[in-house]
Amino acid sequence: MNIKGKIYLFTAVILTGLLLLSGCGRRNSHGNSIQIKGSDTMVNLGQAWAELFMKMNPSVSIAVTGGGSGTGITSLINNTCDIAEVSREMKGEEIQMAKSKKIDPVEIKVALDGLAVVVNPANPISQLTMQQLGDIFSGKIKNWKEVGGTDEKIVILSREVNSGTHVYFKEHVLRKGNSKGTEEFAPEALLMPSSQAIADEIKQNTSAIGYYGMGYVSKNEKALKIAIDSNSPFWLPTMENVMNNSYPISRPLYMYSNGTPKEMVKQFIDFVLSTEGQEIVKKLDFVPIKL
Amino acid sequence: MKYPIRKIKEYIIEKIILLSAMTSIVIVLLIFIFLLKEGLSLFGSISLKDFLLGRNWYPISNPPQYGILPLIMGSILVTLGAAVISIPIGIGSALYIAEIAPRKTREILKTGIELLAAIPSVVIGFIGMITLNPLIKNLFNLSTGLTALSGSITLAFMAMPTIVSIAEDAITAVPRQYREAAIAMGATRWQTTRRIVAHAARPGMIAALMLGIGRVIGETMAVMMVTGNAAIIPHSILQPVRTLTATIAAEMGETVQGGSHYAALFAIGIVLFIITFLINGVADIYLHRNQKRGTKK
Repeated sequence: MNIKGKIYLFTAVILTGLLLLSGCGRRNSHGNSIQIKGSDTMVNLGQAWAELFMKMNPSVSIAVTGGGSGTGITSLINNTCDIAEVSREMKGEEIQMAKSKKIDPVEIKVALDGLAVVVNPANPISQLTMQQLGDIFSGKIKNWKEVGGTDEKIVILSREVNSGTHVYFKEHVLRKGNSKGTEEFAPEALLMPSSQAIADEIKQNTSAIGYYGMGYVSKNEKALKIAIDSNSPFWLPTMENVMNNSYPISRPLYMYSNGTPKEMVKQFIDFVLSTEGQEIVKKLDFVPIKL
Repeated sequence: MKYPIRKIKEYIIEKIILLSAMTSIVIVLLIFIFLLKEGLSLFGSISLKDFLLGRNWYPISNPPQYGILPLIMGSILVTLGAAVISIPIGIGSALYIAEIAPRKTREILKTGIELLAAIPSVVIGFIGMITLNPLIKNLFNLSTGLTALSGSITLAFMAMPTIVSIAEDAITAVPRQYREAAIAMGATRWQTTRRIVAHAARPGMIAALMLGIGRVIGETMAVMMVTGNAAIIPHSILQPVRTLTATIAAEMGETVQGGSHYAALFAIGIVLFIITFLINGVADIYLHRNQKRGTKK
């Protein structure tokens, strides 16, 4: 009985201790690990860089997770990651928030991404102007026959608002880069949780149109040729066309670190910007910032 | 000398058990306080009426518009659809399992239905997206199959286990004498089941429906994958909708902590909390009524 009593007491003490301890689970950001978080567009890229870097430096471990550019910035601000991968520039509101939490985000451009506008391969349309694109995605053009296609209602597929791709597309295609623009995605636009979800819907729907990074285009979807206006030539989203700036919808991809990168984070970013790092960019169908 | 140690021991154990009993209540309270704290700051910049009845949800525009009427309508439509599908099937299977099925069939059916509850919602959503979506598109000749109906069907499957197992318990709990008396009076088996058993088990069955619906309205992942997430006020069940839960899940990652979008999502959380609280409250009232009746007889 006495022994049993002691066991009970002991258990009680341990349980209470655990309850108290559970409040202290903060991440220890130092040691040999780098946390990378952010853009879903860049998550494969980050993973590929991380794998090669870890092979070259076996003592380092790097964890790469997605969730969206906003997610990455939020965790950089909350100090739960070392590098945020972001497929748009940081917003003023975010920079202020970071400053108020004593975080100093430093921007590093690591690659370029062409955004492909995709339709089902059975769709007869193969090229559109920026004006037409803007009108389709904002809901002014509702039927494919208005741009020379079949008499079918256009189904607009967009990414969710936590996606840097969504923001970029709104600012540069719908609003044509005009920061005072008021164009919005049509309320009928279907907001899909991932690029893959858009690809899946495009594959089985001949009246759908969507957009995502050109690295995601497969044979089940057709990338459209895009022109700045009806007097300009139409361009396919290929690596050459993005690099020489003729394809009109491309954007820079960034990494943000807290303060100028130091130690391991600096090593990693130097590697990303090296020839080897940029080789990986090419391999994953993104566009390197330099050759 | 043994006595005080025993007393202390019992005292400590009693308090620990009390603590565990209180934990969930305290956590619920803390969650609610947290929701209120984060969500209410929104109403400094926008009125409650504009929030609940606004028709435009453009959270990242400048200035942002936080009208959640399309989201509320979306949640209600999907939930109603799921209820219409799952209630008849759920009650039907509960009656069959409890009243008619032979023992062996009953065991197989019960296990099967419980297995359905074990499938993760993301898997159900994925299957719905790949199979249901093209089916509905072709069946109704729509431009896309990502509609409220797809969400309703997917969610009906997720509500079914809850409805069936709780309703089945309620039916099994109806005293044997009721059935015997009815049959002795010359009632057929169907008459007994319909008029006597179903009637006596009604409070429990209503509780089952309410809990099933509570599960549906709070479900996020499956619904986000199959409903298209377009924030428009739906005019039919064959249109895409965006639900309250999907909005929170899809947008939380983007928000700046403490910003107005962040507060708006927490305010949606408050709305959801109130809705599920009401549904569970109603279910609880019926469950208690059932218990009282049971003890009286």
